[in-house]
Amino acid sequence: MSTKHQLYKFKVETIRSISHGVYILSFKHNFQFSAGQIIAVDLIPDGKPRLYSIASAEKEALMEILFDEKKDGKLTPFLSKLVPGDDINVSEPFGTFKISAESGYCIAAGTGIAPFVSMARSGLGNNKVLIHGAKMDESFYFSDLLEEIMPGNLVRCCSQQEDTKYYKGRLTQWLINQNDLPSTQHYYLCGSAEMVVQVRDILINKGIPFQNIISETYF
Amino acid sequence: MQTKRNLFGLTVLQLKEVVLSIGLPAYTAIQLEEWLYKKRVSDFVSMTNLSKQAREKLEMDYIIQLTEPSKVQVSIDGTKKYLYPTQIGKFIEAAYIPDKERATLCVSTQIGCKMGCLFCMTGKQGFQGNLTAGEILNQIQSLPEFDKLTNIVYMGMGEPMDNIEAVLQSIEIITSDKGYGWSPKRITVSTIGIIPAMITFLEKSQAHLAISLHSPFDEERQEIMPIQSVYPISEVIAEIKKWDLGRQRRISFEYIMFKDVNDTPRHVNELVRLLNGIKCRINLIRFHPIPDTPLEGTNYDGIVDFQQRLRAKGLTVTIRASRGEDIFAACGMLSTKELLNKQQETDF
Repeated sequence: MSTKHQLYKFKVETIRSISHGVYILSFKHNFQFSAGQIIAVDLIPDGKPRLYSIASAEKEALMEILFDEKKDGKLTPFLSKLVPGDDINVSEPFGTFKISAESGYCIAAGTGIAPFVSMARSGLGNNKVLIHGAKMDESFYFSDLLEEIMPGNLVRCCSQQEDTKYYKGRLTQWLINQNDLPSTQHYYLCGSAEMVVQVRDILINKGIPFQNIISETYF
Repeated sequence: MQTKRNLFGLTVLQLKEVVLSIGLPAYTAIQLEEWLYKKRVSDFVSMTNLSKQAREKLEMDYIIQLTEPSKVQVSIDGTKKYLYPTQIGKFIEAAYIPDKERATLCVSTQIGCKMGCLFCMTGKQGFQGNLTAGEILNQIQSLPEFDKLTNIVYMGMGEPMDNIEAVLQSIEIITSDKGYGWSPKRITVSTIGIIPAMITFLEKSQAHLAISLHSPFDEERQEIMPIQSVYPISEVIAEIKKWDLGRQRRISFEYIMFKDVNDTPRHVNELVRLLNGIKCRINLIRFHPIPDTPLEGTNYDGIVDFQQRLRAKGLTVTIRASRGEDIFAACGMLSTKELLNKQQETDF
């Protein structure tokens, strides 16, 4: 009867902390997927899996997810304790938040950068502008990699660090300050509902048709 | 000092754990359930069939705490919107909608919402937290019109299937013989279509299900409802078609009508195709405009025309009466106004 997520067992290949409480976990896989898709992840086969965007490239043998450890979470405090060789249960990639090869804008907050990292690594980033918002400089995950792949097309907005190397302010403010955002391109948004809704309102107020705004919210 | 635990919102099984943990007999849980929800007392002293020793033990570590609404707006049509403060200092809403012999309460399940639908005011708050079963039930039991209620709909702030445990726990209390003793046929739970939780709901509850459809086309639905990218409506419908829900249980599809977006003959044809084989009702809803929305509601004549086109194809279609327009009864309006007065901390 049920079409709850069917999970398959894999072995953790690597797990590393890249910032305070933020981790990248990888495992070898045999899935086909498109940049922007997600997987359901759990430690037990029949539990209540959580959904994560894939951060690795479409053709890479190792699949990566990026996660933020929630102290009172039901999964991430345990995920962060895994070591290479441990089992994790993962669904096939799914979802239709797919990033096209056409030029466009990608806008993310925090770990919402993951699908856009997959996009960049999959060769779809050359004609995109990527705008990433975070509280502190250390939270611009995959920054070196993205600078290498998308030089000149990366905007980082740091909202809380006084001596930031990047734009000082929220990404919403950066967007408000832009006067030449093209209305014919697609805008891909990934982050909390609050971020997505605020950014979407700003874009619509600037004349971007809502049909050109494609959103994915964490839940 | 240790905080006393609130017993309000606990099911009989959870109450049993409580009473056993303090050395009381298991049957005390059934007595407690009846006092809390059927007789609706809010102090242990009034529980006269409990021994004095039992009452003293309960008093020591537990409380029964309900929260009165902090604000009410009253519409000229009798609709009332109640604002309730939550345990974490935020606000939620419940809308009381009297209509002849019916009186429906629309309850919230979350503070804010994670779904970010383009047409929804609650989404503008972002997500602030889940409600407990007690906080969901509090909207019902603290309602001044409690005794008039005939129906409860889980269609207020938040996505019920994103807080499925608390939703099921509250329904268990509402339908328990020693709780409110309601039939599940008087309860409808709405969902945007989170498939795994929807399956859990169908397995564990007998209440009606309402699915927020709003567009039959995958790509167009994604433009107004981000959840579509995770759980496409075609897959939600495919799941529903697997269930034999019998005669007692109703599936309905909510369809807010947006001018030139989802109200054309093309949408009629696709709705007919999509819902083919499901015994259901489509509920057409007039759009309550919200600030900064690019969407415009279909006018009443357009809604009636859409209804007639669907009916001509054999579907059961109703038009939901717009209620409480003068007090902005669409969910999230009142609480968002309260919330936006406070500076929110964000990660961007």
